Amino acid sequence: MSTQTEAKEAATNKGTFEPKIIAFVCNWCTYAGADLAGTSRMKYLPNVRIIKLPCTGRIDTHFIIKAFEEGADGVLVSGCHPGDCHYTSGNYHARRRFAMFRELMDFLGLEMDRLQFSWVSAAEGAKWTQVVDDVIKKVQKLGPNKKFAGLKHD
Amino acid sequence: MARIGVFICWCGENIARTVDCAKVRDAVAKLPGVAHAEDYKYMCSDPGQDKIRKAIKEKNLTGVVVAACSPRMHEPTFRKACEQSGLNPFLCEMTNLREHCSWVHEDREKATAKAIDLIRMMVEKVKRDKPLQVIKVPVTDRALVIGGGIAGIQAALDIANGGKEVILVEKEPSIGGHMAQLSETFPTLDCSQCILTPRMVDVAQHPKIKLMTYSEVEAVDGFVGNFEVTIRKKATSVDWKLCNACCTCMEKCPQKNIPSEFDEGLATRHAIYIPFPQAVPNKAVIDRTVCTKFKTGKCGVCQKVCPAEAINYEMQDELVKEKVGAIVVATGYDVMPCGDIGEYGYGKYKDVIDGLQFERIASASGPTSGEILRPSDHTTPKSVVFIQCVGSRDCAKGIPYCSKICCMYIAKHAMLYKHKVHDGQAYIFYMDVRAAGKGYDEFIRRAVEEDGALYLRGRVSRLYESEGKLIVKGVDTLSNRQVEIDADMVVLATAMQARPHMDKLAQILGISYDQFNFMSEAHPKLRPVETSRAGVFLAGACQAPKDIPDAVAQAGAAASKVLGLFSADELEREPIVATVNENTCVACLYCVNACAYGAIKEKEIRDRKGNLIKTVAEVNPGLCQGCGACVATCRSNSIDLAGYTDEEICAQIAAI
Repeated sequence: MSTQTEAKEAATNKGTFEPKIIAFVCNWCTYAGADLAGTSRMKYLPNVRIIKLPCTGRIDTHFIIKAFEEGADGVLVSGCHPGDCHYTSGNYHARRRFAMFRELMDFLGLEMDRLQFSWVSAAEGAKWTQVVDDVIKKVQKLGPNKKFAGLKHD
Repeated sequence: MARIGVFICWCGENIARTVDCAKVRDAVAKLPGVAHAEDYKYMCSDPGQDKIRKAIKEKNLTGVVVAACSPRMHEPTFRKACEQSGLNPFLCEMTNLREHCSWVHEDREKATAKAIDLIRMMVEKVKRDKPLQVIKVPVTDRALVIGGGIAGIQAALDIANGGKEVILVEKEPSIGGHMAQLSETFPTLDCSQCILTPRMVDVAQHPKIKLMTYSEVEAVDGFVGNFEVTIRKKATSVDWKLCNACCTCMEKCPQKNIPSEFDEGLATRHAIYIPFPQAVPNKAVIDRTVCTKFKTGKCGVCQKVCPAEAINYEMQDELVKEKVGAIVVATGYDVMPCGDIGEYGYGKYKDVIDGLQFERIASASGPTSGEILRPSDHTTPKSVVFIQCVGSRDCAKGIPYCSKICCMYIAKHAMLYKHKVHDGQAYIFYMDVRAAGKGYDEFIRRAVEEDGALYLRGRVSRLYESEGKLIVKGVDTLSNRQVEIDADMVVLATAMQARPHMDKLAQILGISYDQFNFMSEAHPKLRPVETSRAGVFLAGACQAPKDIPDAVAQAGAAASKVLGLFSADELEREPIVATVNENTCVACLYCVNACAYGAIKEKEIRDRKGNLIKTVAEVNPGLCQGCGACVATCRSNSIDLAGYTDEEICAQIAAI
């Protein structure tokens, strides 16, 4: 299915499509930032499912492929700001890995709005809500992930 | 066959208001592998924990999911409860329904659906979790305290009096910090130096305290109980073993117009100097940035005149490595540079000064020996305007927070001024008077009622000089009138800020800091002195604006945490470490480069005769911090991280 037809379909489904977004976040910055959004009672859209990892450096790119394969409509990766990594340099590994991986996914035809990388610190509860809402809205415009979902062989 | 128990907490109504807990319970009870599901009002309470303990025994559970608040809050609580029933604590995981679901969503139906999804994902992970054993590591019972202000001094003394060694590192030549600069302290008007300097001497003389001034922390390696700290001892150019503080060098030094940091620029010092008379250690230092000898190579007067022959121009910075088990960060604060606030004419008019400068003017050890005199013409000011909240609580200046101490110290300034200039009048422009503290409100009343300080509720709109007077135009919002005051001197209560480069120090320490570069505590209420890194504690104003009593109390708390940590010979560490599958490892050793801790080494596998069979990577679990960078780097999928294995994470992904 081409992107255009999908976009059309998305437009028809506008308002009803509830995407599922997987967020891979690090334990020290973004998870704590999301906690802060909670304790501050900030509101955001409920379509995100957080998977906690010790560090963004732990994220093997096959997790992201797996997420799309399993039907996630979008993936968000978020960790500590450059220089603030709890493990000194894990987020730099993640950043380098992600820069290459993004290009590969672009080449494979994934809409780039489905895949977002961001830095959210433990003090940035408000930023977390913005990042999440932003990704969800972008994915809502794109419609369901059909291209990659179901590629998995049993 | 997995037998998972799921326990859904209402958290009073924190979760139950937005998430239909009964519906979640019924939905997750049907999930494959779930043998038990129940909900309860407060899972963390004793009866709640009892439900978990009972279910583990009765239903023979192989894993537990507690769907409640953030694991940062109660994971240890629930893991302990599981352990009490004989279940390995690492087979218990939490789903965060409160911070990540009920508190951030409003639609009950969608929040309930999300809660079910989150629990399903965690059930799949717990099914694959392996029992893990905590790692025991030895503890170096020696502490590092960074910063020699009142908080650092108190923390160092408390730890040392508890019988443990302390290294106290201070970047300036002397300890004492801002408290040494103050004249009197609120709310008792004790002389600051009189109460501080005995403690400074205690530090210098304590057999358990190693004092390293003019030094900075450059690097911190290792982990709780086993840190290795690299400290840069900056070159003082004076051999402190020989220097006897005779001050002959200072008398002869031709560079004598350097603004004194201690006197906040109101007096001068020499290029070779002792910061203040009561300095500890009382030793001279050459400021190489201004010294003629270092700038041009010509001079060398101090070396010629020093009777102790202590001057050494060849001295180099020295890097010292020290092993410590815990670190207390007590780096303090700075006042906002007044140059950032143009509207009140600081820098333009000599008689507009900041709060710390007023402290120096009022201090008996200050440039005017405690006499209140204007910096411009050394006359006695007959009217002084104090402006509160300069920078603080001003989003336009990027400082929305309250600096906490200004209301009190401005009242103190007004009193000190009145005590010394009996016919003078103090005017105070304020937004609110915040005087919550023991004896604080009474102190403000005293300033108003006994010392006649005139409080004007409003802001200053304009300040300019005219015929030797500072004309202050403002508004008194209580009488709804414009006010114009001919002042002789203006004191700005500028905001308290984090010290410069605190973000860099936080990065060296691996701890969190907030958007204002104040260090972040692990939990704002329940863990106020801990940080996100185990073994690193906070004391004083490096965390947030604080007054002396608060800083001292927090220093004592940090010290007691350190002593608690040192009370055991061994520490327990989470067994979240990487392991190598030696069968598949091809020894590409990419992981060695990925590891920030040097925890991975090449290992040779040999047969009995000593012939090399193969080389593999090997993880030292004592050094591994469990970040997982090596796992994601491994090209042959031969490393995995306990607690976050590929299998466990993929199962979570597949369960969406």
